Amino acid sequence: MNLLANLIPASSEIFLLVMVCFILIADLMLTKSSKLFTYLLVQITLLGCSIITIVAHEPGVVYAFNNMYVADMMSDVLKLMSYLGVSMVLVYSRQYLMARGMFTGEFMSLALFALLGMNVMISANHFLTLYLGLELLSLSLYAMVALQRDSAVATEAAMKYFVLGALASGLLLYGMSMLYGATGSLELGAISDAISNGVQNKSLLAFGLVFIVSGLAFKLGVVPFHMWVPDVYHGAPTAMTMMIGSVPKLAAFAFVARILVEGLQGLSQDWTGMLIILSIASMALGNLSAIAQTNIKRMLAYSTITHMGFLLLGLISGGIEGYGASMFYAVAYVMMSLGAFGMIMILSRAGFEADTLDDFKGLNQRSPWLAFMMMLLMLSMAGIPPTIGFYAKFSVLHAIIQTGHVWLAVVAVMFSLIGAFYYLRIIKLMYFDAPESHVPIVVSSDTGLLITLNGLGVLFLGLMPGALMSICAVSVQQSLLLP
Amino acid sequence: MSFVDVAFYLFASITVMAGVGVVIARNPVHAALYLVLAFCSAAGIWMLLEAEFLAIALVLVYVGAVMVLFLFVVMMLDINLLQLREGFWRWFPFGALLAGLMVFEMIWVLGSTQTADVATAVVHGADYSNTKELGRLLYTDYVYPFEIAAVILLVAMVAAIALTLRRRSGVKSQNVAEQVKAKKADRLRIVKMPSENKVSSK
Repeated sequence: MNLLANLIPASSEIFLLVMVCFILIADLMLTKSSKLFTYLLVQITLLGCSIITIVAHEPGVVYAFNNMYVADMMSDVLKLMSYLGVSMVLVYSRQYLMARGMFTGEFMSLALFALLGMNVMISANHFLTLYLGLELLSLSLYAMVALQRDSAVATEAAMKYFVLGALASGLLLYGMSMLYGATGSLELGAISDAISNGVQNKSLLAFGLVFIVSGLAFKLGVVPFHMWVPDVYHGAPTAMTMMIGSVPKLAAFAFVARILVEGLQGLSQDWTGMLIILSIASMALGNLSAIAQTNIKRMLAYSTITHMGFLLLGLISGGIEGYGASMFYAVAYVMMSLGAFGMIMILSRAGFEADTLDDFKGLNQRSPWLAFMMMLLMLSMAGIPPTIGFYAKFSVLHAIIQTGHVWLAVVAVMFSLIGAFYYLRIIKLMYFDAPESHVPIVVSSDTGLLITLNGLGVLFLGLMPGALMSICAVSVQQSLLLP
Repeated sequence: MSFVDVAFYLFASITVMAGVGVVIARNPVHAALYLVLAFCSAAGIWMLLEAEFLAIALVLVYVGAVMVLFLFVVMMLDINLLQLREGFWRWFPFGALLAGLMVFEMIWVLGSTQTADVATAVVHGADYSNTKELGRLLYTDYVYPFEIAAVILLVAMVAAIALTLRRRSGVKSQNVAEQVKAKKADRLRIVKMPSENKVSSK
């Protein structure tokens, strides 16, 4: 076994791990007031990871560590996106956490550990690594939610997240063990081969599949496994909500795509039916419940459920177009949710959380530019042109119509029409209502620049989605070994 | 029926009975003790499969360390059992219905295809060492997941410390170095007072 041939593909993960360990120790030496150094170190680490990922990129699919690790176009693209996402989370949450005394080394190192878990999930080619990456990610997130110890709501959210997450992991593991029993392997490629060669015990396979899909649905937060999403999003401090609700969706997409498409393509007839039910239920319940919310974090939680339902539509339609559209949707969703949660944190200040809809009243009078950015983000979430959200929804619907499920597309459009109500309500509150408070909004220059870039990016990528879309299409074609 | 078969059925039935005991025991301490029994008999089954290392690790780690900690926690927490059981019978029919449905479905799906190709355990020679084999696999083929598992433990440690360690302001604590350095003169002031000649008796 050639050692270097194994280590080079995984060099970005190794660098990340080494840097986290260094940051953990370096942070102990720093005083409370010099946490900015840790912050800069974390940002440099993320930059370094991106450079290493680009330099170490090799065309084609590279397997390492006895086929447990895979480096391909999809993994590299998703990794670069997640470095960017985590970096944005940290920029957005710096002021917010500083005002609450939670801007600590633990927060930043746990965020990096979560990123490492996502990377492991993104380039896993084996049930063992998929599961371990998921646990690394989840464990870091549970701890992050619980960091605000004095808040009873945050502790409750952490507890719910932990218990339901453990249940989901149990379901997933049970399903994996069933598949192992049926196919005799844990490696995705070998499982795929075993299924296409014909498995004796077909019912055992279907049985395992049900548990796997349930576990995945729990992790994605789609109906009927969505109960934890609103409570956790609401209870966690906004910075942690942003961390839970944005970047991990990229890893979740890779996770679902690798298990269902790469490993269980032979059972696609079985899982497509399950995903259709999950998807329709999510779009229905998510949109209808979001209307009734007065808390914007809860509203965004229900909107996540809806978006995940949409993401599943791409997987249902299959093919390069469907999977590519799904990946594009995941990237677009991460951008939109980062901006939306970032806006909540910008409007918050020490001792005040801007998490109700009323806090957005008259935002146009208080800060026209921020209101404009929020409008772009909300239009994008609702799927109105010319924003990225429109193109994401459009490509998913296009793919689903190509496969002949016209009724599914009609249902999806109807529910997103209902959903447009609560996004447009925020725009109405911002532009047509009188502000409730006249406290000036203080935006630090880095956060202000980032929200501007984020809002304009949503607009720009909506006008010119071609490049990103073709990257997604090429990635899934190459990585999921499609014809 | 060979000795191994008899031993397997013995261990398996003890494991299942102990498992049922964990769930139905009224006293949490009894439930924890049943779990210890389940672990011990599961270790016996592993022993039959020539997985000595796993069997011993199960007994040492789970029975020896984890369950003892668990018992400590159960005994220290003042759990009000009546409060826990509140509403149990109210929800029992619903829960029992769901559980019954699940069991029925499982039996229906898995029982319908009773396969005879249950693999028999591989019998190794006398020079086979389970510990050595495990070690070789862990550090060669499975080194990547092994390292990730190590990182997960590191995260658990970081999280545990971040969640429990807190420095409260205004808490008095001892500074041993200062205490050792202190001289008698720093603390004790001897005040000479002229003694009174006459002690008043009244």
